Amino acid sequence: MLRASVVVFPGSNCDRDVQVAIEKITGFPVKMVWHGDASVPPSDLIVLPGGFSYGDYLRCGAMAAHSPIMRDVIAKAKAGTPVLGICNGFQVLCESGLLPGVLMRNASLKFICRDVTLRVDNDQTFFTKCYRKDQVVKLPIAHAEGNYFADQETLDRLEGEGRVVFRYCDEAGEATPQSNPNGAQRNIAGICSEDGRVVGLMPHPERLFELPLGGADGRRMFESALVSVLEPMS
Amino acid sequence: MKARIRITLKNGVLDPQGKAIQNALSALGITGVEDVRQGKYIEVQLANTSEAQAKETVERMCKDLLANSVIENYSYELAS
Repeated sequence: MLRASVVVFPGSNCDRDVQVAIEKITGFPVKMVWHGDASVPPSDLIVLPGGFSYGDYLRCGAMAAHSPIMRDVIAKAKAGTPVLGICNGFQVLCESGLLPGVLMRNASLKFICRDVTLRVDNDQTFFTKCYRKDQVVKLPIAHAEGNYFADQETLDRLEGEGRVVFRYCDEAGEATPQSNPNGAQRNIAGICSEDGRVVGLMPHPERLFELPLGGADGRRMFESALVSVLEPMS
Repeated sequence: MKARIRITLKNGVLDPQGKAIQNALSALGITGVEDVRQGKYIEVQLANTSEAQAKETVERMCKDLLANSVIENYSYELAS
């Protein structure tokens, strides 16, 4: 049994996609939780989906980070419940302090919507254990604010602790300036918490989880979650 | 009491929007612009209270929501 909850903020627009992806891949129903609710039902994992929560007012994810449901998401994450933040969800994780840094306006100032190649730098997290380290995967990005920024000390600490999960790279897996779509520091596309149970990334695994969508590289993220949940029982 | 709050990007944080504004100024033929940094200005109307209390309230709203301390500084003034 996998109990997954997806938080729906006003302005979320990838919530249904994530729901469909998790249900098709794992076979278990997903609970949708409204941002105004006081608590998330008991869950094996929580997803903060992509979109434009609260119209991106003030800063992307800033208002959502202070919505009623987030108090419980933060408490549950700190108590060990795995949380996946995709795109706007990653921005919410950073604004809420569950992950360090911030997602700034793309260096090009443009909204970028296209597939990118990513290198898996950490295949040990709750959401990436079905990938291989250094594997190159293709996932789509669709954002105007995905330019990851943190001070040098924080970046060094993230690298030292192996907490960079995905990096923008070329086809050969090299994290080059040319393969960096948005100006992110050190080509960072996704990071995780110290225990690897909270993961945030700008690309959208739910948009390429089966071949009719044009690719299936996102599938392993949800398979990883299923494996991670079932593992302790086996 | 009114709080006039300015939120600016920290030194060293790249400001692509500021750069775009600078380029637009240059395209308009406005010369002599060396750098542009953009930010936010927020006015908050506060219920009548002591200045000390108002400062405490504004500090808290800036720290908790209005500014992101990773990339932004804030400053404010209070006016009656």
